[in-house]
Amino acid sequence: MDLKDLYRDVILDHNKRPRNFGRLDPCDSAADGSNPLCGDRLSVSLRMDGERVAEIMFEGKGCAISTASASLMTEAVKGLDVTAVNALHQLVHGTLTSSTDSPPPAGLGKLAALAGVREYPARVKCASLCWHTLEAALERRQSTVSTE
Amino acid sequence: MNDIVQPYDVEAIRRDFPVLSTTVRGKRLAFLDTAASSQRPLPVIEAVNHYERTSHANVHRGVYELSQKATDAFEGARERTRRFLNAASLREVIFTRGTTESINLVAQSWGRSTLRPGDEILITWMEHHANIVPWQMLCEQTGAVLRVAPIDLRGDLDLDAFRALLTPRTRIAAFTQVSNALGTVLPIAEMIAAARAAGALTLVDGAQAVAHRRVDVQAMDCDFYVFSGHKLYAPTGIGVLWAREAVLRTMPPWQGGGDMILSVSFNGTRYNELPYRFEAGTPNITGAVGLAAAMDYVDAIGLERINAHEQRLLERATTALLAVPGLRIIGESAHKAGVVSFTLEGVHPHDLGTILDAEGVAVRTGHHCAMPVMDFFDVPATARASFGCYSNDADLDQLIVALARAQEVFG
Repeated sequence: MDLKDLYRDVILDHNKRPRNFGRLDPCDSAADGSNPLCGDRLSVSLRMDGERVAEIMFEGKGCAISTASASLMTEAVKGLDVTAVNALHQLVHGTLTSSTDSPPPAGLGKLAALAGVREYPARVKCASLCWHTLEAALERRQSTVSTE
Repeated sequence: MNDIVQPYDVEAIRRDFPVLSTTVRGKRLAFLDTAASSQRPLPVIEAVNHYERTSHANVHRGVYELSQKATDAFEGARERTRRFLNAASLREVIFTRGTTESINLVAQSWGRSTLRPGDEILITWMEHHANIVPWQMLCEQTGAVLRVAPIDLRGDLDLDAFRALLTPRTRIAAFTQVSNALGTVLPIAEMIAAARAAGALTLVDGAQAVAHRRVDVQAMDCDFYVFSGHKLYAPTGIGVLWAREAVLRTMPPWQGGGDMILSVSFNGTRYNELPYRFEAGTPNITGAVGLAAAMDYVDAIGLERINAHEQRLLERATTALLAVPGLRIIGESAHKAGVVSFTLEGVHPHDLGTILDAEGVAVRTGHHCAMPVMDFFDVPATARASFGCYSNDADLDQLIVALARAQEVFG
């Protein structure tokens, strides 16, 4: 197993230079998420245009997988409506937990860079934290979610 | 016996631990997570195996020979533990599931029956969650107050502050002998003396100490001493609460059930004598057998020699790690056990753990069940390398190479 399969250039780049990093103020909705096992914490804030994600930012402290996943997510969901965001979440979730034998599904775009996480079950929670937090923000639950 | 000091033959010791000759992801295994759980030597594996094959039945019950054999093995392990700790009496040696259960037993039996609102419990900032949460729960139940003695940036206890926090209301001071997150060896002799002078009982968490230094509970003069077997080369699920008999006699039973009673009727139940009063239900007989074998094992090598070996590794590791650019050691006390916690600039500990694993190096990454310590040093987590009797220079070399690999990946 090659480490480069997990730490692909896209991941390392988004870890070093996370996109949409910060907090939208004012925002229409925000949520905090944490992974108590490793201490990762992040928050997602949104501005909505009806059912569409008009703007999204995230901030927090985490490992490279968690930071890059959040950064890639903000790029991927900007402009999507809630139904499309949920569909993409399902696709990402399916990819992270799928068998390593199957190729990653189509339609992931740059998010396919996260496919290497499948080889490291202990790291799946790092990659999925941002998606759970986004889901919480979309449900306008102003609470902390946990991947534990 | 002769006086010739044999050199410490770490390679011979390594051959006693089958797991150390396995490979991980095609690489030699460098197991540097002994502080989380130690590996098991063949004599322990074989003692457990022998018991399971030849001697198992329930203890303290049957009149048949097999039950007697099991009882002898279990009570033999108690005597072995008494000797290991130099306890005054077998009545003071209680088998539990581990350190965590031992502390909960003390909190719920002694604490709940003794503490009044406003009474104080003193711990330190570098406790494992197992020596924090049971006291917090007890405070909620009794109205007692938890006080926390501070530490400094080197990872040492502020002993003056600890002394100042001892008041006439302090009923117990509970502290670790060795910090699992920082490696600090605490000045427990001074702490016990100060607590005793203030009229408080003392509980020493020996989880990180028993496999690395000789423990003599009578010389130590504490009231409770707790540890887990699995950090002493024994199986998981067995641990010990040693308590001074005079204190134990004041304590009500904690869990009720079989084995802890003399007679049961609906008009009332008579509790068993010490130590059985605190051992409800069928105990972990197999674990106790393994624990006794593990004590034989470390005593045959010599705890002082194991400690000297680990101290040499600690010095070498500290020097080598500090030479890694961007590496920061968390916990720089002058008195440390074989534990090195560190962070590497630009690489989150969680990523570091994955990369080290790919190189065959097993270290713990995370908060080490000591989140207040992480908060104090303002880090979300650290990587931690820890040593045991079998750790060698090759393990350290492999760690240093793997750290370079991590820096290469993260450029």
